[in-house]
Amino acid sequence: MLRLQNLTKQYKTGDIALKDINLEVPDSQVMALIGPSGAGKSTLIRCVNRLVEPTSGSVHLNDVEVSSLGQNQLRKARRRMGMIFQEYALVERLSVMENVLSGRLGYVSFWRSYFRKFPQSDIDEAFRLLERVGLDHMADKRADELSGGQRQRVGICRALIQDPELLLIDEPTASLDPKTSRQIMRLICELCQERKLSAIINIHDVLLAQMFAKRIVGLQLGEVVYDGPPGDLTADVLTTIYGEEDWEATIEATKDLDEDEADVIAAAEKVLPKPDAAS
Amino acid sequence: MPIQQQGDIKIWQRRSRNRSLMIWSGQFVAVAIFVYCWQLVSENTIWMFVTDAPRQAVDMMERMVPPKWSYMSNLWRPIWDTITIATLGTLMAVVFAFPIAFLAARNTTPSTAFARPIALFIIVASRSINSLLWALMLVTILGPGVFAGVLAIGFRSIGFCAKLLYEAIEEIDEAQVEAVTATGASGAQVLNYGIVPQILPAFAGISVFRWDINIRESAILGLVGAGGIGLQLSSSIDTVTWTQVSLILLVILVTVIASEWVSAKVRHAII
Amino acid sequence: MNQASQRRWQRPPFIESSLLRWGLITGGVLFLVVSIGTMEVNWERVAAGLPRAERFLSSFFPPDFTSKSSAIWDGIVESLWMTVVSTVIGILLSIPVGLGAARNLSPRYVYLVSRGILALSRTFPEIIIALFAVKLFGFGPFAGIIALSIGSIGFYGKLLAEDIEDMDPVQAESVKATGASWFQWLNYAVQPQVMPRMIGLAMYRFDINFRESAVLGIVGAGGIGATLLTSFDRYEFSTSAAILLIIIGIVMAVEYSSGYIRKWIQ
Repeated sequence: MLRLQNLTKQYKTGDIALKDINLEVPDSQVMALIGPSGAGKSTLIRCVNRLVEPTSGSVHLNDVEVSSLGQNQLRKARRRMGMIFQEYALVERLSVMENVLSGRLGYVSFWRSYFRKFPQSDIDEAFRLLERVGLDHMADKRADELSGGQRQRVGICRALIQDPELLLIDEPTASLDPKTSRQIMRLICELCQERKLSAIINIHDVLLAQMFAKRIVGLQLGEVVYDGPPGDLTADVLTTIYGEEDWEATIEATKDLDEDEADVIAAAEKVLPKPDAAS
Repeated sequence: MPIQQQGDIKIWQRRSRNRSLMIWSGQFVAVAIFVYCWQLVSENTIWMFVTDAPRQAVDMMERMVPPKWSYMSNLWRPIWDTITIATLGTLMAVVFAFPIAFLAARNTTPSTAFARPIALFIIVASRSINSLLWALMLVTILGPGVFAGVLAIGFRSIGFCAKLLYEAIEEIDEAQVEAVTATGASGAQVLNYGIVPQILPAFAGISVFRWDINIRESAILGLVGAGGIGLQLSSSIDTVTWTQVSLILLVILVTVIASEWVSAKVRHAII
Repeated sequence: MNQASQRRWQRPPFIESSLLRWGLITGGVLFLVVSIGTMEVNWERVAAGLPRAERFLSSFFPPDFTSKSSAIWDGIVESLWMTVVSTVIGILLSIPVGLGAARNLSPRYVYLVSRGILALSRTFPEIIIALFAVKLFGFGPFAGIIALSIGSIGFYGKLLAEDIEDMDPVQAESVKATGASWFQWLNYAVQPQVMPRMIGLAMYRFDINFRESAVLGIVGAGGIGATLLTSFDRYEFSTSAAILLIIIGIVMAVEYSSGYIRKWIQ
């Protein structure tokens, strides 16, 4: 279980990215974090594994207080939290296999990793994961030869080979086409189910979030303004999350389009096929 | 292939056997060459001097302070000469480098069989020979003085500027050139409207960058008699007047920092 | 004729403020006039030099490789091994300094110290450093190696630091998130990103060091420069021509092979 208590982040520039966040993510729950750009979504998940240092408050992963660990302990804690990035963030000049194996860096000694002599069990696991995402034949391709969807799947393997308890996922579909986006989201959710992982997914796309997550948290200007099941997301809620002006304009636009009183979700659902239709 | 199947175990290696063998042997040869060269160094070095050097260095430093400020009055002229050499030399280089770059660039050269190789040879010859060597030759021919320095800096910089410039020309966006050609423009007009605007920022940047380097270079030309502050430096060292030496070093330091500042400013303004 | 047809257009000047523009132009012209005026060209001496220039040029046809061949050979070989040793030492030493001078890698005080070292070693040309090295270590190639190594540290360290500062921070972050140690992070995230360019630059620095080693002999710091200087002093221009051609040849060879190696690494 992940527990955030009074988490606050203020950047050196004075911008307050997170205000007193309290949040609990129980085991094997997939939670979607939605909100406009600059709401603090990225900052929040980066505070969890301390790629960004929180200003105050605490982060507990199970019984470990991540926020007070020293450098060495922090590395051990980071192993337990897999991270998947926007724009994949693979090391482009390394091969697919090296990228996947880099997920084991926290477990092996420097010299082992330097000479690429990972334990055979890690290699086996890497192949198993690559097979699972359908990329085992690409193991020796360089990462920059892959397509966007393939890269993101390698990114997922890298996170999973860490043998994490928690996945931190930052805009996994931001640069993918709609079909690949769904495939990736489905893959992530399936894998979370298979491995009983909990996950925080930052996501722009409200529709995708509703489709795949059991719980949605809305963030606005660094504060949690919604926390509940995807079904309860109404236009009003979305207004509070995404702000008055923007949202009203969008609703106006949809009204103008078809004189329909249905909410934005329904309007948008027409554009994209239903989840079960796609699967 | 680096992946081998052994039974149902897949073994992964970063590189295939042949490739890693090649890399290992390459590394071995490199280390062997270095060790061999180091042995040559060792044979040609009197280690007693080397072990004594730290003490000597401290001694030298002690004798350098305080700098002899009164010597400054003798330095204004050499500083002026140094800046003159750098600036006029760069100017000369830029004027010659511009046409040579167009002859050397694959996409603008009038003939790949004749003009391009000649231009490339001029560039290589100019670049291979250090400005100090150019100065050495020119001083032998023209006699000592600032003039030889200007020419030395100029000759050395032609190749440098032309090389960077022709690389910039080869990287221009052909579509823009095509668009200008499509209007029915003549060759010179295409140059003026299609090519020059694309490379002008690079050209200006290169010139300023080289000027900055040339300030440093012209500070040493005096060692072979081609004018500038190097003359005072070498004579002060020869006469072991360390307090003058430290002053000259300070002056060079300030000049170099100032020129770097100027060139950064100008490049910033251009881009 | 209507009003619109009389609208005129002129290309706007590069520098907006006319005061600054004219100020710069007059300043530039003034500088040119004064600097050319103070140049003091001794035209008689130049004229006297012309026949010598002609003799110098004609000595390239053909250059004389043979009569001083053993001295040339020794000098070139000495220049080459000086170059190898100083490039290797310089680059090895510049790696820690370069890492320290990358703002996104190092704490502030390490950054400042490293930048200071780089700035200092870049300010003075190799030949000035060689002047002092000769005083400290005695005449010979060792002084030259010291000078070239110091020059290499400044050059390579600065470029390494800049390259690291320009790397993709997201790739770096992603490796850090796996719980990698600092050295593992360096090896998996930083090295793959900067390596190709740095190998190219190492070749380039080798090239620079070789060219520099050809002049260090002027101050007695070893290499082919001493042989070259002697040939000039004795007006044996055919030998000078031979040496210059060899230098050009080696520089071309290094440049060609470095292009090849870079392509191979890519």
